[in-house]
Amino acid sequence: MKILVCISHVPDTTSKINFNADQTAFDTAGVQYVINPNDEFGLTRALWLKEKQGATIHVVNVGGPETEPTLRKALAIGADEAIRVNQPATDGYSVAQALSAIVQEGQYDLVIAGRESIDYNGGMVPGMLAKICGYAFVNTCIGLEIEGSSVTAVREIDGGKENLKTTLPLVIGGQKGLVEESDLRIPNMRGIMQARTKPLHVKQTENINSMSQTLRYEKPAPKQAVTLVENAEQLINLLHNEAKVI
Amino acid sequence: MPILVYAESDQGIFKKSTQELISFARAMADQMNTEVIAAVTQDPSSADLGQYGAHKVLNLENTLLSTFNAELVADALSQVARATGATTVIVSSSANSRYMAPLLAVSLEAGYVPNVIGLPETYTPITVAHNVFTNKATAFTTLQSGISILGLSKNAYGVHQYETNAEITPHEVTLTSSSVEITSLDKASNKVMIADAEVVVSAGRGLKGPENWGMIEELAEVMGAATACSKPVSDLGWRPHSEHVGQTGKPVASNLYIAIGISGAIQHLAGINSSKVKVVINTDPDAPFFKAADYGIVGDAFEIVPDLIQKLREFKAQNA
Ligand SMILES: Cc1cc2nc3c(=O)[nH]c(=O)nc-3n(C[C@H](O)[C@H](O)[C@H](O)COP(=O)(O)OP(=O)(O)OC[C@H]3O[C@@H](n4cnc5c(N)ncnc54)[C@H](O)[C@@H]3O)c2cc1C
Repeated sequence: MKILVCISHVPDTTSKINFNADQTAFDTAGVQYVINPNDEFGLTRALWLKEKQGATIHVVNVGGPETEPTLRKALAIGADEAIRVNQPATDGYSVAQALSAIVQEGQYDLVIAGRESIDYNGGMVPGMLAKICGYAFVNTCIGLEIEGSSVTAVREIDGGKENLKTTLPLVIGGQKGLVEESDLRIPNMRGIMQARTKPLHVKQTENINSMSQTLRYEKPAPKQAVTLVENAEQLINLLHNEAKVI
Repeated sequence: MPILVYAESDQGIFKKSTQELISFARAMADQMNTEVIAAVTQDPSSADLGQYGAHKVLNLENTLLSTFNAELVADALSQVARATGATTVIVSSSANSRYMAPLLAVSLEAGYVPNVIGLPETYTPITVAHNVFTNKATAFTTLQSGISILGLSKNAYGVHQYETNAEITPHEVTLTSSSVEITSLDKASNKVMIADAEVVVSAGRGLKGPENWGMIEELAEVMGAATACSKPVSDLGWRPHSEHVGQTGKPVASNLYIAIGISGAIQHLAGINSSKVKVVINTDPDAPFFKAADYGIVGDAFEIVPDLIQKLREFKAQNA
């Protein structure tokens, strides 16, 4: 089985979100980057599949050279090869198009992406990629078992879950539940050493077009200070008469 | 060019988010001098969507649509968009719509912007404000495609009343079977879902252990609220993962969010701060949640929550 794990390179969850002077781009100064948390659950699930039933795992990112340390981290955790599509990630559609070229060229059986990246929160790349490639698609996937080309999957829905049956080739949008938090792996010294010599291919794609363009960003206005109350009665009174939410 | 709305229903009832979508579409349609068409896939009998602003309701007739399947719904909606000439499609931020919309976008070669928080600031081309960085910032994005799909954030616009007589017509769509088959569904039918809830009662590690959640569930019941929790609480197995809210869990955009024994870590706040009113109950006055909250009580949850339940019962009895 050939597995491709899509890795989004995102600011660490504790990052301060700031923009450049004219508010047109994210200010990366002092920001630490990590593997998008939803993708990390998927990568770990891929490693389990490899260990249990054999697979090769490639990881891919669409972005500039600055994303390579994040791909190297995925290699250190256990992926076999990495691919970077040398293209700025301008919108979800263009990223999905770029990834589709990689998926078609590599003939992957299973593509694991994250439900959404925690920076732009688009949540559209996995579905768009599936549709462009003609692969089956399961979003918010919290359970995945593969036997031959048969797949059983669990999807988180609002208020519960749904059990699904499908076949490879497949794209999933993964999240916590695919594996647990405590199953995530931290790269060890040996992994880090090996990652240095594992292949990291840089590819170019053609005929990519964006469907949208972000013009500017704004940060929310500063919040008013909290109103402290002494007891339940005062709280109910304020929620009813002032906030009007009960 | 009409505006098409995917009108989701749950067991024959249109969700509040659907009513909100229709009102949002209507305000856009009035600006664009066009009409709102609501596409309904299940039980049309309650299709009184005119009161929220719809001009037409298309009842998509195909037995394959009787349960939600993202591929089939996307296929059906793309046929409707083509047949009606719609150039704008409005969807909600439900798990189902988020699953379906990217498939529809590829079918229609449309641009898609989710997490939209208000009416467009320009109409030709469409430019909208939407949440990014898990609600820590707003982006203004222009769509460059012939067809635009907008995913409206829950509670971002509100439901408005109209006196439109919506014309209801059956509409046939041709579908083949899907590559994904739904074998079973586990859904608590009597629980309020976080996604739809007006009020969410959420508790954290300050509650000490799973045995103490009785009062949280009771408070939620009195308020008609959904229950939620912080990430460590679900990682410890005190509560199911489906209750984990925050940056890496479910987003919350309720009218009222009550955080009990939750410190207010940046990752937690990111996922819940589009809720309108936030309340914190915490023993530690320096807990970061107090900086994000509208109302707060510094105190012990084990004393305050039982009192709150009792006072809410009295309040409800008086205001019934
Ligand atoms: C990559 C990443 C992603 C994350 N994503 C999320 C996420 O999506 N959601 C999330 O919630 N967290 C997330 N976290 C975890 C986050 O950083 C915090 O660790 C977590 O939110 C803390 O949970 P808590 O507030 O329940 O616990 P704590 O931080 O331990 O806080 C418990 C609070 O309870 C108070 N308390 C104690 N006793 C009482 C009492 N008797 N009455 C009232 N108050 C009391 C304490 O004063 C304290 O403030 C993430 C972390 C990382 C690294």
